[in-house]
Amino acid sequence: MDITRRRLLVLLPAAAVAWKYIQAGTPEAAPNYKIVEHWWGMLIDIPKCIGCGSCVRACSEENDVPDGYFRTWIERYHVPDWKIERPEVESPDGGKQGFPPNEISDGKNFFVPKLCNHCQDSPCTQVCPVGATFVSPDGVVLVDKSYCLGCRYCVQACPYGCRFINPKTNTAEKCSLCYHRITKGLTTACCEVCPTGARQLADLKNPKDPIHEFLKTHTVQVLKPHMATGAKVFYNGMDGSVR
Amino acid sequence: MQIPVEGFMYPNEVELQWSVLIVLYPFITGLVAGAFILASLERVFRVEAVKPTYRLALLTALAFLLVAPLPLQLHLGHPERSLEMYLTPHRSSAMAMFGFVYLWYLMAVLLLEIWLDYRRDIVLKSQSTTGITRLFYRFLTFGSSNISERSLRIDDRLGYTITLIGIPSAFMLHGYVGFIFGSVKANPWWSSPLMPIVFIFSAMVSGIAAVMLLYMLSASLRGKEIDMRCVDKIAQYLMYTFIIDFSLEMLDLIQRIYEADESFRSLDFMVHTRLWTSQVIVQMLLGTVTPIALLALTQLSNFKELIRRRIYAIAGCLTVVGIFAMRWNVVIGGQLFSKSFLGYTTYKMSFATREGLLPAIVLMLLPFAFLWVLVKLLPPWPDARPASASGTAPAHGTT
Repeated sequence: MDITRRRLLVLLPAAAVAWKYIQAGTPEAAPNYKIVEHWWGMLIDIPKCIGCGSCVRACSEENDVPDGYFRTWIERYHVPDWKIERPEVESPDGGKQGFPPNEISDGKNFFVPKLCNHCQDSPCTQVCPVGATFVSPDGVVLVDKSYCLGCRYCVQACPYGCRFINPKTNTAEKCSLCYHRITKGLTTACCEVCPTGARQLADLKNPKDPIHEFLKTHTVQVLKPHMATGAKVFYNGMDGSVR
Repeated sequence: MQIPVEGFMYPNEVELQWSVLIVLYPFITGLVAGAFILASLERVFRVEAVKPTYRLALLTALAFLLVAPLPLQLHLGHPERSLEMYLTPHRSSAMAMFGFVYLWYLMAVLLLEIWLDYRRDIVLKSQSTTGITRLFYRFLTFGSSNISERSLRIDDRLGYTITLIGIPSAFMLHGYVGFIFGSVKANPWWSSPLMPIVFIFSAMVSGIAAVMLLYMLSASLRGKEIDMRCVDKIAQYLMYTFIIDFSLEMLDLIQRIYEADESFRSLDFMVHTRLWTSQVIVQMLLGTVTPIALLALTQLSNFKELIRRRIYAIAGCLTVVGIFAMRWNVVIGGQLFSKSFLGYTTYKMSFATREGLLPAIVLMLLPFAFLWVLVKLLPPWPDARPASASGTAPAHGTT
């Protein structure tokens, strides 16, 4: 094809627009990592969580999370008897330093670690006006901070309160499932430090992943299933009061 | 700054994401849509009585439309990237379409309609003025200086067609703003299919009230007699639109109360505490019930002109305040409660910061500055229309 000056003038802006699209949908690359062979999620075993806060601290250090903001946090639930609609919940500093001793003896007490649910049909990626946040082909919801406008629509759209605006970059931020680690064959920072194994990274596409056996033999739930977001963080032993 | 929290909020929810600037955004676009719809009453539906406000309504819509994207721009974490919304829009995002809806409305509807309506005046001014003013008006003619009767008739017909397109466009502009909120399923305060239609009617209410007030104010400032036939008609339309708007809002409220879903208890508590003043007192009682009652009173009784004028002025002001409160309650109210439905946060408005009260006040005054300039350049008053040497009558309204 002959490239005339006129044709070049048409092609260049079109190519620029196409390149922007490609960039917006390209997650961080890692050698030897076959993106289509994975579909990441996480398993949270609530009865195993002791609320030590190690995961929150590890996440904060690994990802340089600013103080007062959380990619992951822990909630302590106290459900008095039958009042499952009105549980008492607390999360002082996101549970980063653990929790003070519980002085309430009646009812149920348990910890619930929270993080981005890496939803398959995520409302946050749906609303992003420029596609700066997206679901990667291996099922991780990521944010391209070099592209994010900082409009905060995604923060509003997340039903789980997992997003925030990083005051240093003025862009949306959230759990990336330690994408820089998992694409190199490592587990996430939070899973690595959890002393009881309450958090397990799960590759739903890998038939050898123990998650499959666990899902077969346990009753698991996702948070707010009525939101139909296709959440991929599965909770074992979750009480009906958790929201 | 420590933000007071009651109950439990997810840790990232404590800080409000959308500030007073985002309250201004639907308020301003609402005024645009409402003012345009009032203008179209005369143009399309041939409501002759409101003719004196036709051009003023168009210029008001333009002045506010020029300011509409500014609060958004100021609010963005990276305003320098905002053009990406045009270059690489994410088609599933309601917000991404704003740029296109805005441009369509500004360029294809409002500017074109104003230009066609003013073309005769612009051409005559380019002939009767001198110096820079002459150059300016000559530029505004865009080379189209034929003001023969036939040419003006074409302008009129074209303007009519554009208004026809403009009405659904105005609905789209503001209904779409309602959709931005109404489609957020994570937030039960916003998520409602009624939201776009409530936004459209509240827009009409605020726009009609604003133009009515501006018309009365401008007539007083110019020392001219207020055309009471015109104002009476506008007040009548204001009342009808307001009743529809109020009914829709009540429908939404009754539905929520009757369904009482999982969010109800939390939202109900919020309305009775944090939003009591802004929602129940300002929006509902002062900003809705009172103006509707006042306007209804003028319909039922034969008040003297002076009293009617005062009632319209009070009702108009209360209406605009009420609609602003409605925008506030939607935007700010929707962020005061936790999505866990277990707690509440507080909105602390700063003053001289990027998203503080000061920029909000400046942004609210800016459209009036724009309107002042527009009115100076393109006087909207029927008595200020320049007469041509040949005495050609304006085509508009003659066909």
